This record gives sequence, structure tokens and C-alpha cells, in this order.
Amino acid sequence: MAAARLGRTSGRGESASWPLVDRIALGLCWAAGLALCLTAAAIILYMMFQGLQQLSISLLFERPGEGSAGAGQGGLLDPIVGTVIVAAIGTAIALPLGLAIAVWLSEYARPFWLARSVESGVEMVAGTPSVVLAIFGLLVFTTEPFAFLSLKVNPEVEPLGRSFVTSGTMMSLIALPLVVGASREALQAIPRTVREASYALGKTKAATIRRVLVPASRRGIATGGVLGLGRIVGDTAIIVILLGATTRLTPTLKGESPYGFLSGPMDFLSGVPLIGPLVETLRGNGGTLTSSVFENSPAGEGNAAGKAYAAAFILLLLVVLLNYAVDLIARGRKERTWTPT
Amino acid sequence: MTVSYRQPARPQGAPATPGARRRGWSDQRAERVLGALAVTVLVFIVGMVIFVFANAWPSFRENGLAWFADPPGDLTVDQQIFDIFNSPAREEFWEYGLNTWPLLWGTFLSTAGAVVFGVVFAVLAAVFIVEFAPPAVNKVLEPVVRLLAAVPSVIYGLIGILVLVPLVDRVLVTDAIKDSVAGVLTIDGSSLLVAVVILTVMISPIMIAIIVDALRGIPRAWTEGAAALGANRWRVMWTVSLRASRPAIIAAVVLASARAIGEAIMLSMVAGSSGFAPNPLDGFLFFLEPIRPYAATIVDNREGLTVAPFGDTIYAFAAVLLVSALFLSLAGWAAKQPLKRYGVQV
Repeated sequence: MAAARLGRTSGRGESASWPLVDRIALGLCWAAGLALCLTAAAIILYMMFQGLQQLSISLLFERPGEGSAGAGQGGLLDPIVGTVIVAAIGTAIALPLGLAIAVWLSEYARPFWLARSVESGVEMVAGTPSVVLAIFGLLVFTTEPFAFLSLKVNPEVEPLGRSFVTSGTMMSLIALPLVVGASREALQAIPRTVREASYALGKTKAATIRRVLVPASRRGIATGGVLGLGRIVGDTAIIVILLGATTRLTPTLKGESPYGFLSGPMDFLSGVPLIGPLVETLRGNGGTLTSSVFENSPAGEGNAAGKAYAAAFILLLLVVLLNYAVDLIARGRKERTWTPT
Repeated sequence: MTVSYRQPARPQGAPATPGARRRGWSDQRAERVLGALAVTVLVFIVGMVIFVFANAWPSFRENGLAWFADPPGDLTVDQQIFDIFNSPAREEFWEYGLNTWPLLWGTFLSTAGAVVFGVVFAVLAAVFIVEFAPPAVNKVLEPVVRLLAAVPSVIYGLIGILVLVPLVDRVLVTDAIKDSVAGVLTIDGSSLLVAVVILTVMISPIMIAIIVDALRGIPRAWTEGAAALGANRWRVMWTVSLRASRPAIIAAVVLASARAIGEAIMLSMVAGSSGFAPNPLDGFLFFLEPIRPYAATIVDNREGLTVAPFGDTIYAFAAVLLVSALFLSLAGWAAKQPLKRYGVQV
């Protein structure tokens, strides 16, 4: 965007003739810019320095120690798998739902008042702290209708409400505004003429959306999805409150389940190989990279700084990669220009 | 002239085109399904607000406006929370007494501190990016801003608790300071100061991104006109561009405040986690005193959410956060309105 700048007529020494106040302001601007670079460099280099010391192959593929005695021992396999599961559930819900809302808002939006309310609702979720979403999730998922989404300690008490499914569902809410925003922006960037051309060829509105508009805004939708994914991967409050932030995924197999049995309408699945354990894992507690940073730091119970640094390093790497992915998607988008009629 | 391109409805009784089913949904059905999904999400959100308020109500009802007041006498807010947690099982003996002024004050101090420092820093940095930075520096700065905005808060918290807190403890906290508050407070480096510093780093990138967008949206004729009248490049930014982007700066402040108020994990790690209200009259000590905002209080007390009076109290904190989020999103919407006149997208 250098073109938007003012021309530099006097070259390098131009500020020499400025009043002192202006020169001080210029100096402050430079200081702010450099401070920004230095902060980022300091954070990244420090995390690399600490993280690379801890990192090893066994860290990535070994399970963490069991129980409170094993806190701080072993590898990070469970948190990594946990991060993948939560991110997958969250994105799987947020992406289609967000796209549907974006399409409805940009193509239909009738009646007007309803569209405005949905818009404000989504905006409100974007401003809601994730702790609030987390404890609201706990409130909802401990009620009977949603009991099957988490395990019960015993049949008489109310369900735990804490599981991968429940935390993934609440996570989808923090990704939703990003998906809606980016998809909507992309849809609205498509000129009217494109829609009109499609209608002129005899396509219905629904077909136009499916065959023309959504494919044309793929990149915007993908950007929203990746941004949302980044938010999900980085959130800690929902994991700590709604997933239990345990070091290991629990339970893994029916026999090893600390709760001893399954409950509710999904009992019949427990005998099925592969699916049974999977369902039980999804309904069980666990942790992610963020929660293992939190729990291994002095603020948590583990107090194993090395482990926390290692998890934080992997997390940071993941965030940088996602950032890069957004960059790649955006770079491709620039090539696509709608030729004006 | 606007023309409606809605498809004419198929005449009653006319046969559907062969294969219509395979070609996808009809318009009406698509609209209904998409609308239903949108409404479902809306209902969920409205349900969230109602649920949280319904659960929070007992705590507000029992305390009235004193909920926001200072705890009376020797009572501390932490003691009150402890009493609520241990209140008897029978409903008529449930303990609700709570005065949360220290938490409110802590929330305000950390948010206001970070936003005030952050907005000054963000304006300067945004002007630098838009006007002064050499192109090579800009190539680095833009990804840096986005990266800083994307770093998870728990990583900021980790750096805070393992680097900044010990640093402050070693450098700024002398034995004399520790002795002067012995028995009342523990000063160990986790403090308002560290909380504000890290929060500033966390929220600045959001503000920078918004202000940069607005500065770039300023019509070129305005800045060139000012330059033609003899203003230098800083003066052009200060008197024309920044002035015209004031609504964007307000929008940035609003968004950043929303993030700062809701920040829980990082603050529970570095802010000291003690329901103490730092006193500005303490001089330098003020900055070293611990705080605990509402959001961090929720995280710190996550274990007891299902116990009735205690859970209600925690939901009351959440209700306060929800109300402030609601107000901030309203304020943000209002702040953005003047921008639309210039066609600036925020």
C-alpha cells in the first residue's frame, strides 16, 4: 500500500527541517515500530530457546505420566491428540454452521429484523469471553437432555458435563464469528453481475449459491476456517473448565475406565471395537496443549517448567503455521479479480 | 433501477422438472433450512444470556447493589467466597454475602491500564506502519502484528509467570517493601504491573490492525491536500489522517477492552490471584500489589461450579462479564457508524 503514502520530495534528510515536536513524534513512531519487532522477536526467540532444549522425538510420541504422581513426567502425546480432537470437533461444527449463517445473511436475510438479530447475536458471541462460554457450557451439558455427551461418575448424580464433545461444541462458538465474518465478506465481494449471469442461465437461487457463489468465495471461507482453528487451538479457559484439563485422555478402553461403565443411550456402542473406545474417549475428559502449558506452569499443579515450555513451543509452532496458511490463502485471493462489466 | 431476480414460483400443480430432486434444493427449502440454522444459533445465544442471568440472580438478589461495594470491616472478598463455598447444605442456610469491589477495581485497573498504554502505542505504531516505515521493515511488521495477535494467551501467561514475575520480584521488590506489608499481603512479583504490561502486549496488535486499516482508508486527496498546504508528513497524519480515523480508534479501544476484560487464564497466572484492591495512595507499592479480575476469579474457582450457592456466585461474575461485553459491542457498533460515511471498512 506504499502508493497511498505522500510523495517523498526531499529524500532522506527531510525531517531535519521539521519543528522539534514533530521530530520527537517521528522518533516515537520509530520507537513504537521497533518495540513491536523487538517484542515479537524476544517472544519467539525465547520460546525457541526454551522449547528446543526440551523437544525430542519421545516427547511427541510418549504418553504423559499417570495421575498426580506422574504429573510432569513422560511425553505430550495425549495433549497433542487432545488438541487435534477438540480442533476437529470445533471446526467441523463452526465451518458449516458459519457458512450457512453467512449465506443466509448475505443472500436471503429476510425478515430484516431477524437478520439484524442474528447479526448482533454473532457479534455478541465474538465479544463474549471464553470463560463465560465455558461455564455456560457446563450449565447446559450437565442437564439431562445432553447427558449422553459426557460420562457420569455414577448413575444417580448429574452428568459430569466435561468431555471432548461438549468442549468442542463450545469451542465452535468462538470460531463461529470469524467464519461468518470472513465468508460474508467474500460473498459480498462477488459482484451482482455474477449472480445475474447465473440467473440468466436459468439457475435457481439455491443452485447459484451452491454452484457459483460458494465456490467463488472458497478462499474467504477457508480464511475464516483457519482463523477460527487458530482461536480454538489457542483457547485455554474452555479446556480448563469444560474438558477437565487432565494430563491423559480418560478413559481409553472400557475395562480401564475410571468410571467403570457407560451410561445412557450409547451403551450399545461400547462393545463395538474401535468405535466403542472412540466414542468413550470423545465422551471422556482430557487435555490439550494449552491446558498442559497451564497445568505444568507454576500456576497449575504439575509445576514442571520444562514441560510447559515444550508444550508452549509446539503450540506456538502450530499458531505460526496457521498464520502462514492464512497468508497463503490470502495471497492466492489477490490474483482473483472480478472484471467490471 | 433495481430488478428482483427471485425466481417466479412454479405454478400450482405443474410437474417438477425431471431430475429436479437431483439438482438440489428448491429456493424455498434452501432459504428455510439456512434461516433455521441461523435462528438456532440465535436461540442458543439468547438462551446463554438468559441461563447465565437466571443462575446469577440469587447472588444479586441477596446482596443488592452492595454486590459491587467494598467488603465491610475486616472481611475480605476471598474470605466471603470461601464462606460461600463452605455454606451449609440446607437451602435456608445458604450463604450469599458478597461484596466484590476489589475484583471490580482489579478488572478496571488492569483493563484501563492496558488500554491507555496500548492505544498510545498502537496509534504510534500504526502511523509508523502506514507512513514512515521503509518497505523492507513493513514486510516484517505486518506478519509480526498478526502473529502477536494470534499468540495464545496461555503462552503470554507462561512468559509472564516464568520470566517477568521473577524479574520484578528480583529487581523491584526489596525486602523493605516485603516487610512493610508482612502479614497483610504477599508481594512476590505477581502484580498489577506485570498484568498491565502483558495485557498491553496482548491487546495492542488488535488495535494496530484496526487503526492501520482506517488510516489506509483515508482518501488520498485529503492527505495530499494537507501536504500541498505545507504540512509535513507527521503533521498530515496528526491533523488529517488520525483525526479522520477517530471513530476507528474508538472502535479499536472498545474491541481491545472487550478482550482485556474477558482475559482469564493469563491474568490468573500473573496477577497474583488475590482479591485485593490496590490503593493508589500507596505510591510505588501500588503497582506491585496483586489483583484478581472477575474473569480470573471464575477460572480460579472452577472446581466448585456445581455447588449451588457457590455456583450462583460464579455465574454472577459471568453475568457481569456478559453485560460488559454487551455494552462494549453496542459501543463498538455506535463508534463504527461515522466511519461508514467515508466508506471505511472496520
